[in-house]
Amino acid sequence: MLEVKDLHVTAEGSEILKGLSLTINAGEVHAIMGPNGAGKSTLSAVIAGKDGYEVTKGSITFEGQDVLEMEIEERARAGLLLGFQYPVEIPGVKNIYLLKAALNAKREAEGLGEIPAPEFMKLIKEKVASMKMDTSFLQRAVNEGFSGGEKKRNEILQMLVLQPRLAMLDEIDSGLDIDAMKVVADGVNSLRAEDRAILLVTHYQRLLDYIVPDRVHVLVDGRIVKSGDAALALELESRGYDWVQEESAA
Amino acid sequence: MSEDVKTFLDRLAERNAARGPEPTWIAARRQAGAARFEAMGFPHRRVEAWKYTDVRAIARGDFALAGDAEFSPASAAALTLPIEAHRLTFVDGVFAPALSRLDELPGGVALMPLSAALEENHEAVGGPLGRLTGVEFSAFAALNTAFMEEGAVLRLAPGTVVEKPIVLQFLSRSGEQAVMSHPRILIQMAGRSEATVIEHHVGEEGAANFTNLVEEIILERGAILTHYKLQEASLQDLHVASLHVEQARDSRYTSFNLNLGGGLVRNDLVAELNGQGAEANLYGLFYGQGRQHVDNHTLVNHNAPRTYSNENYKGILDDRAHGVFNGKVMVKRDSQQIEGYQSNANLLLSDRAEIDTKPELEIYADDVKCSHGSTTGQLDEEAVFALRTRGIDEQTARGLLTLAFAGEVMEQVDLDAVAERVELAVAGKLPERFHLAGLVEAAVALNEE
Repeated sequence: MLEVKDLHVTAEGSEILKGLSLTINAGEVHAIMGPNGAGKSTLSAVIAGKDGYEVTKGSITFEGQDVLEMEIEERARAGLLLGFQYPVEIPGVKNIYLLKAALNAKREAEGLGEIPAPEFMKLIKEKVASMKMDTSFLQRAVNEGFSGGEKKRNEILQMLVLQPRLAMLDEIDSGLDIDAMKVVADGVNSLRAEDRAILLVTHYQRLLDYIVPDRVHVLVDGRIVKSGDAALALELESRGYDWVQEESAA
Repeated sequence: MSEDVKTFLDRLAERNAARGPEPTWIAARRQAGAARFEAMGFPHRRVEAWKYTDVRAIARGDFALAGDAEFSPASAAALTLPIEAHRLTFVDGVFAPALSRLDELPGGVALMPLSAALEENHEAVGGPLGRLTGVEFSAFAALNTAFMEEGAVLRLAPGTVVEKPIVLQFLSRSGEQAVMSHPRILIQMAGRSEATVIEHHVGEEGAANFTNLVEEIILERGAILTHYKLQEASLQDLHVASLHVEQARDSRYTSFNLNLGGGLVRNDLVAELNGQGAEANLYGLFYGQGRQHVDNHTLVNHNAPRTYSNENYKGILDDRAHGVFNGKVMVKRDSQQIEGYQSNANLLLSDRAEIDTKPELEIYADDVKCSHGSTTGQLDEEAVFALRTRGIDEQTARGLLTLAFAGEVMEQVDLDAVAERVELAVAGKLPERFHLAGLVEAAVALNEE
């Protein structure tokens, strides 16, 4: 589904990703872990199309399409969705506007017409309830004045409505208390499906107790230095990252 | 006398010849207005207060005075705000009883057309009329006084709380002969009275009339007024308004100056905070398209200590529209412990749109909290990116953010009927490239559930 090959990325003159390769297949949940500054957030930002990064070498393909050639909104419509570590507050833009505009954009790309109003209302109310949010959230401006937990729930709500093919979640667990984490994890787990993949980027193993990954990758200094199954995350939790760094340097 | 002044004075002479007998003080006021207007003439752009606004479209026009208030009830209903309200309607400045609703006025409320108040020499007009907006204020105020005969008079007894809004509706007709009207609004609210007044300017497409309004608002101790001015007239209409508010101790005036229509619009709003604890909140939104010209001049005078003012004006300008914002906050000597905040932000949607903005602070006291600022800008690119990562195309993202920009003022509005109408109007005016059709309706529908 997603194929990242020998990716080199520079930001503000310094090289952050130094030859990263990664393959994610449909139905899989991958977790990328690593110490601060390893380039974890850079990978998802580049896939989503954020400004300020220059790809100097390598490729990203999604279902055979060259991602780097696609506009930001085309990537999202193709099913590549990024959940932000720090969701942007958008004063004045109501959540309901964002959801409706985004869903209709996706439907248009799929050759479907605009969603009929009653169907849309039914859908979003159901998803809002599943994230244990109040419908008043829909009339509030996107993330404005939301607590950290509410912002993260709102990111997952967007995923539930838009049903991406590959959901990338950047530090979705940061700033969450345990109850909020469970709600967020339930939301992510409900996205698990045969034809969908999930990429978790996280600093801590804690999240992976709730969302059990199929593959765990350790990102150190711009490269994936070790990959394994869920057990690798536990090992990192108890031993830290230093041994992996030493192992890879050796 | 210049030719343009003469045209207006000739119309006045015709009008005066047709008038019946009336109290001498009224005739004297009109004469004073005419004399002042003749002496001043129409303002030239060399005058600082009119530097960015060219009134030649008014000065060179030949406007008759409307002779009747005929308007099809069905078309009037379509233009009327869908809201339960007490209502006075004027058609090209002429009172229209059939389109008004003055029954069910609660006790303590006097609401009548100015013509009726003048005819019976009502105590509501004798003293206050012309006290706040005098003929010296501007040539337009003088011209209005010269022609004064119609408008709205509202007077509230102490402690009266009017539940339903009071709508003052001004309908403008399109026709072969452009007309002018010089309405006056006089509001006097006694101690601790409360009301919401919606001044609504709207009319037929293509109407190209000249409305020259004078408004005087007196808020006595603890009185609370929320004043909406919803300008939705045709893009050819000409509109000048001079508004003065006088505020006694602990009174609160909240203004929503919402300019969507009119070809040439000039508003002068002056708030006099005369008593401790008086508060003025001035919110404004203007949307200019085509060749619209919208000029808002505001002045807040902090004449007493512990007074508070907060002003937030936002402008969106498209095509070749021209916006002007001039906001001044003046703190008198000895007006200590006051707070005065002011901001103006503008968005230009086209390279040919223009904004002239000038926030001013003049402070002669030392213990004050004041701020002012003006931005003319760009949309938040991080927000544009965030929306695009959800599949929303760049133009729609920019449209949503432009709508949101207007929404920051509209959030303060408590009346859903007004907020939704303005939001729909702004969404409708935003260029089609923004693809906003259908989005706002969804939010309105959800709200109604």
